Amino acid sequence: MRVVAAMSGGVDSSVAALRLVEAGHDVVGLSMQLYDQRRGGSRFGGCCSLDDLHDARRTAAALGIPHYVMNFERQFDTSVVSVFAREYAAGRTPIPCVQCNGDLKFTHLLERAAALGADRVATGHYARRATGAPGEGHTLRRGLDPGKDQSYFLFTLTRDQLARALFPVGHLSKDDVRALARRRGLPVADKPDSQELCFVPDGDTAGLVEAREPGVAKPGPIRDRAGRELGRHDGVHRYTVGQRKGLKLSTSVPLYVLDIDAAANAVTVGPRAALDRTRLTASSVNWIAGSPPDGDGRVTARIRHRHPDAPARVEPLPDQRAAVVFDEPQRAVAPGQAVVFYDGDTVLGGGWID
Amino acid sequence: MTRIYLDHNATTPVAPAAADATARALRDVFGNPSSVHAYGQEAKTALDEARSAVARLIGAEPAEIVFTSGGTEADNLAIRGAAESLGDSGRGQVVAGAIEHEAVLRTLKALDRRGRPTALVPVDRRGVVTPERLAEALNDETALVSVMHANNEIGTIQPVAELAALARERGALVHTDAVQSVGKVPVDVRALGVDMLSLSGHKFNAPKGAGALWIRRGTRLHAQLTGGRQERNRRAGTENLPAIVGLGAAARRLLGGPESGESADVTALRDRLEAGILAEVPGTAVNGAAADRVGNTSNISFDGVEAESLLIALDLEGIAVSTGSACSSGTLEPSHVLRAMGLSPHRTQNSLRFSLGLGNTAADVDRVVEVLPAVVDRLRALTGRRAAAGR
Repeated sequence: MRVVAAMSGGVDSSVAALRLVEAGHDVVGLSMQLYDQRRGGSRFGGCCSLDDLHDARRTAAALGIPHYVMNFERQFDTSVVSVFAREYAAGRTPIPCVQCNGDLKFTHLLERAAALGADRVATGHYARRATGAPGEGHTLRRGLDPGKDQSYFLFTLTRDQLARALFPVGHLSKDDVRALARRRGLPVADKPDSQELCFVPDGDTAGLVEAREPGVAKPGPIRDRAGRELGRHDGVHRYTVGQRKGLKLSTSVPLYVLDIDAAANAVTVGPRAALDRTRLTASSVNWIAGSPPDGDGRVTARIRHRHPDAPARVEPLPDQRAAVVFDEPQRAVAPGQAVVFYDGDTVLGGGWID
Repeated sequence: MTRIYLDHNATTPVAPAAADATARALRDVFGNPSSVHAYGQEAKTALDEARSAVARLIGAEPAEIVFTSGGTEADNLAIRGAAESLGDSGRGQVVAGAIEHEAVLRTLKALDRRGRPTALVPVDRRGVVTPERLAEALNDETALVSVMHANNEIGTIQPVAELAALARERGALVHTDAVQSVGKVPVDVRALGVDMLSLSGHKFNAPKGAGALWIRRGTRLHAQLTGGRQERNRRAGTENLPAIVGLGAAARRLLGGPESGESADVTALRDRLEAGILAEVPGTAVNGAAADRVGNTSNISFDGVEAESLLIALDLEGIAVSTGSACSSGTLEPSHVLRAMGLSPHRTQNSLRFSLGLGNTAADVDRVVEVLPAVVDRLRALTGRRAAAGR
C-alpha cells in the first residue's frame, strides 16, 4: 500500500515514517511549506522552519524513501493564519493546530496524496485509530502516552478522513519514539519538541494579529463586573479568558479576565472564583464517532489541551450545536477553544466553545 | 524501476570523455597553473588546452575566455563588471530581457538598489524580445544590454544578432547568457555580434563547477574577485582545473562532429514526445512553440493540473522533469517567463518543462507518453473534486 508520511522534520513524524517503512509500505514523505521561509528576518520556532524541512529531507534519506516539499502557503494563510488573527480580534482564543490538522493535513495533503496514488496519510500525532466491526468504520482514541495525547486536536476530522488517516506512533510513549529514532540512527532523534506556534515570529502573537487585522490595537476600558472602569487596555486581542498577567491593575485581590466583548471593545475582570462555569454551548460540533452519545449523554469533556477532562452531560442542539453541563464547575472556559467529548479513551466528537 | 531523465536544462550527465579528462586531471595534474615549476607548467598547459577548445567552440580567441565557476558567476562578472567600468563615463543604464535567468534579473535588481537605472524589455506572446521593444527601452544613457540566447524554461531563441546590432548602434555593450544554447545550437560570438557571452559546462555534459565568460578583446571590465593575477586579472583565484579540463573535453566532444547528428536526434525525440503528449493527453498546449526553439526543450501546460503534483507523481513513476527553472523549485511564484508571455495565472501554474539530452531514447519518450494520461487523469479527478466542493 502506498502511504504518504506527513513529515514535519520533528521526531514524532520521523518515527511515524520509520514505522511505515518497517511495516513494508510504499512510503512517500511529504513536507508542507507553509510560508515563504526564505524571506527571512524573523526567526520562526515551531514545526515548519527551513531547518525543519532540511531535517525532514535528511530523515527521508536515512529511511531511503522519496521526499518532496509541497507548497501550501496560500491554503495555510487562508485556513489557519487568517482565522487565527480574526478570532483574536473577535475576543476569542483560537487553536490554530486544529485547523492545520483538519484543513491542511487531512484535506489538502490528503487530496494530494490521493493524486499520487496513496490511500493513506500518516502523521506523528499521539492518537490512535481503532477499527470497529465491519461496516462500523473507525474510532479515534487517545494516544497511549497520557502526557502526549493529541486527540484533542483531531476532533474535526470527518469519518472519511479518519478512515484514511494513520497514526503510527499513537500507541508509543515519547521515550519509545526517541528510542526507536536513536536505534535507527535518525538525525532528529534528540531534537527538542516544538513549543511555540510555528507561524508567530518570536512568539509575538499580538504583533501578528495587529499586522493582519488593522485597527485591532484600539485602547478601551478594563471594567469590573459592576461596570466600573479599573484601567485601560491596548486592544482586546491581547487578552484571554482566565488571564491574570499583563492587566497592569493595582488591586488588593488578584483579578482575572472574565469576559472579552470585542463589539464594545471592553475587557471585564473579576476574582478567581468568578471564572467558574458549569455550563457552556459549542458550535460546529463534529461527532467523529458517527453520532452523539446514546441515553443520558454522559461523557467526559476537555475544554483545553493539557487539561484533564471532567464528567459532564452533553445534549445535542439543532444546527450542529451542543449544550454541555459539567458535574463540577470548570475554571476559565475560553470562547474559541475546543470542547472535546470522550467515552473512556474514545473520542466521541467536539465543537468550538461559544 | 528504470529511471528516465528529462531535465537536461537543469543539469546534464557528464559525458564519458569529460569524466575521464576530469578524473585524469584530478589524479595526475595537481599543480597550480600559476607556479613556475614543472608541475605548474603541466597544469598551465592543461588549462590552455581547455581554453582553446572552449574558444573554438564559440568562434573566439583563447585570450578572450575567462573561466568562472559557472553561468551565474559569468553573468555576474559581465553585468557588474561592465556596469562598474562604465559607471564613470556618464552612461549608466542597464537593460535586460524580462525572461532572463535569475542570475541576470537579480543582479539587475542589486544594481537597481544601489541607484543604477535599469529596465526590463517585455517579450511578445511567443516569448521573444523583439527589436521594436528593445528600441523603446534604449536611450543615450544605456551602458549595457543583456539578452539571453535561448530561454531555459521554454527554449525560445532570441534574435540576439539583431538586438545586439541595435544596441551597439546606440553605443551600448551587449552581453548574452548563452548557458542554454551552447551545445544545443551553433554559437558563434562574431555572428552574434555581442561583446560578452556566458556559458556553463554542466549544461553540456561537463562536470559542475566550470563555466566561462567570453569577453571581446578590448572590452573594459572590472574584476569582481580580486587577488591573484589569474585569467588576465579578470578573475582572481586558483583555477578549478579538474572541472575546467572536463569543460574543455566536453567542448572538444561537441567540436568533434557527432554533435550535429546528436542534436538532430534530440530534436526528433523532443518532437516525438511533444506530438505524443498532445495526441494522448487532452487539454495540453506547448508554450513557446510559435518561436524558434532549441531542439531539446518542451514546455507544456496541462489544463486543470497542478504542476507541482504532476512533477512528483511522475518522479514516483521514475520520470524526472521540472516545473521551469530548478532554481525556483519550492516557490509558489508562477514562472516569470510564462507570465511575461502573458499566459493566464493558472496556465503558468500548470506547466511542466521536459528537456532532453544525452542518453535519452525513443523508448524513454514512448514510456512518458504511455504513463502520462493516467497520471494526469488522477490529478484532474482531484481538482474536479475540489471544484465541486467549492474550494
